[in-house]
This record gives sequence, structure tokens and C-alpha cells, in this order.
Amino acid sequence: MDYLLLQVLNGVQLGLLMFLLAAGLTLTFGIMDLVNLAHGSLYMMGAYIAWTLIGWTDSFVLGAILTLPATFLLGIVVEAVVMRRLYARDHLDQVLATFGLILFFNELVRVIWGPAGKSISVPQFLSHTVDILPGVPYPAYRFAIIAVGAVVAVLLAWLVARTRVGMLIRAGASNRRMIAALGVNIELLFSLVFGLGAVFAALAGLMAAPLTSVKIGMGDDILILAFVIIVIGGIGSIKGAFVAAMVVGQIDIVGRAFLPDFLKTFMSNAAASSAAPAISQVLVYVVMAGVLIWRPTGLFGQRT
Amino acid sequence: MMAAFRTPRGLATVAILLVLAVLPLLTQAFDQRYLLSIGTRIVIWAIAAVSLNMILGYGGLVSFGHAVFFGIGGYAVGILDAHGVSSGWIQWPVGVAMAALWAALVGALSLRTRGVYFIMITLAFAQLLYYVGVGLEAYGADDGLNISRSRFAGLIDMRDKASFYWLCFVLLCGTLWFCSRFANARFGFVIRGAKSNDLRMTALGFPVFRYRLAAFTISGAFGGLAGILLANEGAYISPAMMSWVKSGDLIVIVVLGGMGTLFGPLYGTIAFFVLEESLPPVLNLVQKGWGEYWQIVFGPMLVLIALYARGGIDSLFGRRHG
Repeated sequence: MDYLLLQVLNGVQLGLLMFLLAAGLTLTFGIMDLVNLAHGSLYMMGAYIAWTLIGWTDSFVLGAILTLPATFLLGIVVEAVVMRRLYARDHLDQVLATFGLILFFNELVRVIWGPAGKSISVPQFLSHTVDILPGVPYPAYRFAIIAVGAVVAVLLAWLVARTRVGMLIRAGASNRRMIAALGVNIELLFSLVFGLGAVFAALAGLMAAPLTSVKIGMGDDILILAFVIIVIGGIGSIKGAFVAAMVVGQIDIVGRAFLPDFLKTFMSNAAASSAAPAISQVLVYVVMAGVLIWRPTGLFGQRT
Repeated sequence: MMAAFRTPRGLATVAILLVLAVLPLLTQAFDQRYLLSIGTRIVIWAIAAVSLNMILGYGGLVSFGHAVFFGIGGYAVGILDAHGVSSGWIQWPVGVAMAALWAALVGALSLRTRGVYFIMITLAFAQLLYYVGVGLEAYGADDGLNISRSRFAGLIDMRDKASFYWLCFVLLCGTLWFCSRFANARFGFVIRGAKSNDLRMTALGFPVFRYRLAAFTISGAFGGLAGILLANEGAYISPAMMSWVKSGDLIVIVVLGGMGTLFGPLYGTIAFFVLEESLPPVLNLVQKGWGEYWQIVFGPMLVLIALYARGGIDSLFGRRHG
């Protein structure tokens, strides 16, 4: 029972990280109608920039906070140089160009930071564990991720639902041309949204860094998972991205945690522990296929 | 027919095909064995690119999971081989049939969706099989599996580099021939019509979904063939054959060569491999050590191609008639 609780918490933590990544992606999709494969590169850049800044400032928190404006700038530059030219193009051009950006960023990281991976250690003040129930310890750092993720999710919900910028974002998602015709500076809005998406991706990258490692291509596989999430949730829907991220987080973690024991009942131990992570990944895609058959535009997508 | 070969486009195509036809003789004459293995891979990838072009170029369906058919063809050969079935007469039809079956299944589900959803669902299904490959402990999981090449008793020795190359080349010619028949048949015209306006095609009474599904299945079958050849080329299979980056490479190749043109995918494959092999040495000339970072040049090149060179290499020969 305690084990189950820990795994569910891990699932929530992964889900929130995935939500941060998916939020930016679903916004750029929904508002700019842009397939951005390079979103994972922003996740990677976030982690690398954080590694450098944490080294300079000698403080995890300070470095992490400085990373956010840095990646916002990076997002603005990428938007202005490449993305802006892609909005009016079809999806194939966007796939091609952002695929090129992935190659560019992966190689750029190799040039700047070298081919070897980096590691960011868990900050001192979060390296202990806390008891979630008496006698059930849980790492404080993972708790911090859940807390930050939840706060950001609430902030984002507030931003989108309650503020003027959020109103424009929602209006842009449902009819871009109309709000441009109404005199909204849509280019500024696009830059802002893209920069915001970059910040969220970088935040996810830097928070995940102490749990995994900072390496080239770290954003590529997780990007596909983020795409799956926004497709399940419905493209352009923040709420959908949140729900889908939570579901995918649980499937992944619970699958990894409980499948091996189940598989061992009829497989060898080695085969079971190798097959379990793969099966839990497969499950995620099966869920996506199921959702799309049931609702071709995702759980919360706009019907067309 | 002959008149078509007098244009620059026709002459270039004939020249390329001729060079490819005698490539083993050339590499032997100049003692460049390494070039033959690149040539073999170019021919195999070209088969896959031509097959992707059927749905991407002619059909306008951005399938982002085409490398999965490399994996299906490859694993069909590898798994049968691991169980002692080494005859190509069994391996190859099984590989092609499995690829077609998977394409039919994925097509039936994904062709219901449009636009971005189609891109993502084809990608996701490819990832699904990728992770199945990673999970197959018995067949090497992540590390892949060394296999022995298919046997066609007495007919052809797959271990002989030159005869294997010629086999691949003949199959490429067959694929190109099929594609030209496909593109100019009524079937192909329905697919091309649906690309520009599928509502109108439906209104004209064509069951667009079924036509597309058939095209998707055929495309998958040829992709599987390319996978079978790829496994035989390296005598090795691994999940990396079907990683999504390979699917991206295939899209790059088709667009680079010229979408919806018969020989575009072939030009694209050659250009892609030539760039991959020549950018590092060229960059090393500029500044020693830069060659390692060739993708930092290649990436922005893709961006520029996407932005400014949609017609691909084929359009360098001028506009097509009709």
C-alpha cells in the first residue's frame, strides 16, 4: 500500500513535468498552428543553461531562477529568426524546418558543452526525505517538483482563464485572423506565447535534470511523449494537456513499478525487467490510439 | 518516350541510373570498396523514399513513421533467422506481408484523422513498435542482434557485395517502375486528386478513404522490402532502424529531392548521403576539427530548404509540364 502511494506520487511528479513541457507545445499548436519538433531542444537547452548558471552562481535556486529569463530570450530569438516564417506554411514545412533545428541545437550543445553528459545535483536543502505518512519517507526534491509544478499549473490556468493576455491567447486559439482584424498586435502575442512555452520547457528540463542526467538529445524522446499528451488532450487545450499528462504519468510510472512483478509470474526475471518499461511505453501509445479512435480530436479538442 | 530523355531532367536521370547500374565495376576499378557500401545504402534508402513519396508526395499525407517499415522488414528477417529459418524465399515474403499488414492496420486507424493528428498518430504507432523492439530481450533489445544474411540457395550469394548491390538496384528499378505506373494510373490520379481536394473527390463518388488505405498499405509493403534489404546489408538489426529520427530523415530526403515526382526521392537520397559524407571533410578543410560538427550546418540547411526550396532538386531542372 505504501509502495503504491509512492509510485502514484512519482506518477504525479512525472505528469507535472510532462505538463510543463506539453503546455508550451499545445499553446504554440493551438494559437500559431505550428508543429514545433524543436520544443524538446528548448527543454534540453534549459537544462544545459541551468547547469552553467548553477555553476556560476553556486546556488541551485539562483541558477534556476536566472535560467528562466535566459530561455525566454532564447525562445524570443528562435521565434523571430525561424518560427515566424513558418506560421503561414503547411505542416510539412514546419516538420522539416524544426527537425533541422533539432539537429542544430543538439550539435550546438556538443560544441559548447562537449559530448559528455553533465549532472546537476539535488540542492542541499532538498536532499533529505520527508515522511508523507508516518514511516513512509519520500524525497523532498520530488516533493518540491510536485509543488512547483502544481503552482505553475495553477498560475497558467489563472493566466489563461482570468487575465487579458489569457483572453487574447484563447481568442487567438479559436480564431487567429479575427483577433488580428480586431487590432490586436498578433506578432507580439505570438512572440510572448512562444517565449512562455520556452520558459516552461526549460523549467521542466532543469527540474528533471537532477533526477536523470543532462545529455544531448535528452529532449528528443520526451518530446514525442509530450506530443502524445497534447494529442490525447486535444490540441490547443491546456486543460486537456493537464489531464492527459496526469494519465500518461500514472501509466508510465505504475507500469514500470508493477509490471515486472506481474510479468515475472510467467517470464524470466531478466526478460521481465527488460520488457516492463517497454510495455509501459507501449501502453501509453495504445491509450492514445484508443482515444483518437473514440474522439479523433482528442479529449478536449475542438470538434470540427 | 525518347523525347522525354532529351530534356536536361531526362539526361540527368539517365546518367544517374547508368552510374548506379555500373557502380560495383567503378568502385572495383578505383579500389574504393567503401563507396560501394554507401552506394548500397543509397539504393536501399531510395526504395524507402520512393515508397514514402507515394503517400507523402502524391497523396499529401505526412506520415511521420515510415522508418517503422525498416524495422518490420528487418525484424522479420532477424527473428526468422534466429529460429533457424534462413531461406529468403520464406523471410522476404513474410517481411513484406507483415509490413503491409501493419500499414493496413495503422492506416485504417490514422487515416480517419487529419493534419497534425495524422502526423502524430503515425509517429506514435512507429514509436510503439520501436519500444516493442527495445523490449524484445530475446532478440537483443536495445543492443540489436547480429543475424546471418538471407539464403537464396544457388541463385544469389548475399554475402557478395557486388551481387547484393545489383539485387538492390534491380529492386529499386522495379520500385520506380511500379511508382510510375501507380502515379499515372487512375488509382494514382484519385490519390493525387484527394491531395488537392478530398471533399471534391468524395463528392465525385470516389471512396477516398479506401483509396488512401490501399496506397498506405502498398507504400508500407515497399518500405518493408527496404527494411529486409537494410538488415541484409549490415547483417544486423536493432530498434534504432525504426527510431523517429530515421523517419524524419526519410521525409527530409523526399522533400529535398522533390515531392510527388518519380525520381525526386532518388535525387534526394543521393544528395542526403553525399551531404552526410562530404560535409565533415569540407568543414575540416575550413577549420580542422569542425567536421565533427557537420550537423550544425546541416540543420540550418534543412530550415532553409523548408523555407525557400519547396520544389526540391527536381525543380532545378525547370518546371514540369502538365
